[in-house]
Amino acid sequence: MPFEGVDFYQLDRQLSEEERAVRDTVRAWVDDHLMPVIGECYIEGKFPRQLIPGLAELGVFGANLPEEYGCAGLNNVTYGLIMQELERGDSGIRSFASVQGALVMYPIHAFGSEAQKKHWLPRLANGKEIGCFGLTEPDFGSNPAGMITTAKETADGWVLNGTKMWITNGSQATVAIVWAKTGAVDDSKSIRGFIVPTATKGYSGRDQKGKLSLRASDTSEIHLEDVKLPKDAILPKSGGIKSPLSCLTQARYGIAWGAIGAAMACYDEAVRYAKDRVMFGRPIASTQIQQVRLAEMLTEITKAQCLTLTLGRLKDDGKLTPQQVSLAKRNNVNMACECAREARRLLGANGILVEYHSMRHLANLESVYTYEGTHDMHSLILGEEITGFAAY
Amino acid sequence: MKIAVCIKRTPDTESRFAIAADGKSLDAAGLKYDISDFDGYALEVALRLNEQQGPGETVVVSAGPEGTQEILRKALSIGADRAIHLGCDTLPYDGMAVAAALSAELRGQEYDLILFGRNATDSGNATVGLMTAALLDLPCVSAVSWLEIKEGRGTAHRELEGVTETVGFGLPAVLTIDEGIARPRLPSLKGIMAAKKKPLETRPAALGEARLTVVAMELPPERTGGRIVGEGPDAVPELVRLLREEAKVL
Amino acid sequence: MSGLAVVEAREGALRKVAFEVVTAAKQASGMTGGGEVHALLIGGSNISASAPELGRYGADVVHIVEHPDLDRYSPEVYAATAAALIQAGSYRAALFCASAQGRDLAPRVAATLNVSLAADVVAFEFEGDAILARHPVYIGKAIATLRLTGTPALLSLRPSAITPVETPAAARVNRIEPAIAPRDARITVTDLSGRAAANLDLGEAPVVVSGGRGLKAAEHFRLVEELAAAFGNAAVGATRAVTDDGWRPATDQIGQTGRLVSPELYIAVGISGAVQHLAGMRTSRVIVAINRDRDAPIMKLADYAIVGDLFDIVPRLTEAVKQARADS
Repeated sequence: MPFEGVDFYQLDRQLSEEERAVRDTVRAWVDDHLMPVIGECYIEGKFPRQLIPGLAELGVFGANLPEEYGCAGLNNVTYGLIMQELERGDSGIRSFASVQGALVMYPIHAFGSEAQKKHWLPRLANGKEIGCFGLTEPDFGSNPAGMITTAKETADGWVLNGTKMWITNGSQATVAIVWAKTGAVDDSKSIRGFIVPTATKGYSGRDQKGKLSLRASDTSEIHLEDVKLPKDAILPKSGGIKSPLSCLTQARYGIAWGAIGAAMACYDEAVRYAKDRVMFGRPIASTQIQQVRLAEMLTEITKAQCLTLTLGRLKDDGKLTPQQVSLAKRNNVNMACECAREARRLLGANGILVEYHSMRHLANLESVYTYEGTHDMHSLILGEEITGFAAY
Repeated sequence: MKIAVCIKRTPDTESRFAIAADGKSLDAAGLKYDISDFDGYALEVALRLNEQQGPGETVVVSAGPEGTQEILRKALSIGADRAIHLGCDTLPYDGMAVAAALSAELRGQEYDLILFGRNATDSGNATVGLMTAALLDLPCVSAVSWLEIKEGRGTAHRELEGVTETVGFGLPAVLTIDEGIARPRLPSLKGIMAAKKKPLETRPAALGEARLTVVAMELPPERTGGRIVGEGPDAVPELVRLLREEAKVL
Repeated sequence: MSGLAVVEAREGALRKVAFEVVTAAKQASGMTGGGEVHALLIGGSNISASAPELGRYGADVVHIVEHPDLDRYSPEVYAATAAALIQAGSYRAALFCASAQGRDLAPRVAATLNVSLAADVVAFEFEGDAILARHPVYIGKAIATLRLTGTPALLSLRPSAITPVETPAAARVNRIEPAIAPRDARITVTDLSGRAAANLDLGEAPVVVSGGRGLKAAEHFRLVEELAAAFGNAAVGATRAVTDDGWRPATDQIGQTGRLVSPELYIAVGISGAVQHLAGMRTSRVIVAINRDRDAPIMKLADYAIVGDLFDIVPRLTEAVKQARADS
């Protein structure tokens, strides 16, 4: 059955024809191409690489970057709708698109030279190059400014050394945006971004095995051992922890939308199931307990939709702040986790099978709760914004 | 080639289906519309022909009320070059009335091919394409399931109730396209943005007289189904008895 | 009123739909105070031998075009000839069959005559100067009542909607020439291939036995074929899932995007009954379902259902059907 979305407050009326057309196109693409394979991919722990050309052709990579670089040139609400629809399918697929667009193409566009932009952006947009974002380290997750990966300047360029962890696309990427300190290890102002082709000697990616979440996604450790780069590998306009954090703000914005997609998928599945499943001679949808569950889910989804559309319009008006994004990411991912859990419970025993989607979303969303700023970190970001005190 | 594709805006009735209070139309509340399925195949055929055979133009034409512009823009976002909206308050049910408007628009424009879907998913009549061709006095092949155009001549296959007919024809010609001929492409996001800049002209539809009208529409009689005769192979004799004596089909 | 039935033959023999159309023309005549029933039969050499069969179903006059180049359907020749005859004969109504050929032919004739066509109708009656006809719309989700005005009124009838009734009449033969020469046709049929004519087409067979995913593998379709063979007049259908997987050819698919069938008896074997499949067969007169799952949607639609393992039930049913037919 094709997915029809959830729109209790008729927010579609506030979308332009293009925004709806893009949303509907990605929705149909997910139904046609992703849904038939995602269960199997999840069980096997494999990212569906065969879908990359289709996603590229659709134009989802860096969709909100300018047309002159081979991108779709869409507004931020449209970008959000794309992430929503991808994550309705699976958080791992949306993660792939988030990384490619917000964490690889965005920094090249924001901090790169014209030559770098002209070379890399079209190739990343059409999926010929696949990127990953090397910021997080084994000992530096919530506190990326403490990183110990170094980039030492030499006569002909740079030498990078270090380890990054929990890197989406780390093993299958052809290019990595690596953040490293060019100065002393306690000097976070010396953090700069580097474009590292992964075929460069000294770069290796290793799949992190044993994941119980985001199984249809490549999550890897990457090692940089005396990786020699030319001078022009540096992103010239990057500098300080602000640079990678601004990339994260882009990604977190997309994730706020994505979480709504996951929640809608679980809610939709729960409603259909409740109406069909007959117990004690009547559909479980006619019982009070399940109705309360569904009412809660619909309420949370609707609230998140209203909040996030407003956020998207703020971004399109150039008025977005990172703290506004924190509020949305924190709220939406949390509510999506709860929707997935409640949907899973409503589905009963069937809810533990991969042919139903809620438990897969439930497991995935635990990662989404933790990455791109944990839920708790976003609480503190908001706390600092509200009170002026940094409590990290 | 200069190819015209005539498309129709039809409702998606998968989820929502209710008869309106007037007793002869669909309840419009919550209805979503799209390009009629078979018309989507026709559009795909046109786009592929022009991709494979060098530069050409694909023009989409649709008669209907205001909402028709949205499906024309969708066709533009899928890859058509130009769109023509023949406006009218409501699209008549009578294929002859619609064919009059389409043939008036298409006449004299020197299209090499004019494509239609085999039938619209709402009426299921399969008449407008053939009628338009007859009014234009152009050769027409209907229900095309396979097509090849070479040097101004065409060869088509038609699936007819278990047999395949191979048909030859010259250009210009009108074809109605069956499904399965090619997988229709989705619009790309760039295509959606590019569609905004492509020409979409609107003019009034020169409809013909409507002599076939819908006077009522109702749901089919409720089948009282769900009778379980029994379980397992032991239920077979009872089923056969019922089929013979009650249903009288054996 | 006088009515014309435009009948269809294939490979020199009249198809069952031809008798349906003549019966309908006879009924129309009865509805309007009597009047001659004419038939138009176009075909290759020796087609005139079929004229008396049309008389069995009520044709008073059979106009025959017998031409060696017309053994296959030639749309422009047939359309021009039918239009010319309808024009010359001042018929109140002309009826076609909404078979594949009829669906191609009737609209051409309507446009040539500048009259409207009620296509694919399942029932009709006269109301004053108009004809009211019923036609399934929205892929069978609703039935529309249409009002057709103008003379001649053209209708095409859904196959199997009318049951042929024998009301013998003279079937006086009137030979006519094609209105355009076959060699002047701009569309030429160069080949006709496919399954042997002996195999009943899904649209014509009184019984259809269909298989779905419940059969588990392509080789198990043999069970469905054997059950169909036991009936002697059954065709084999399939669901989309099964044709997508390549177990059966796409032309066997029954459903919203496949064939719409309306047989006397439809037997669904191992089919759950997805909405798009039901759309293709829900107007069958009698539906039988065999499925393991008593809650499958098809079980609620079926007039008679057996719950259980089809691998045990179907062979038993095949034997029972053979026995029942042998007994009768």
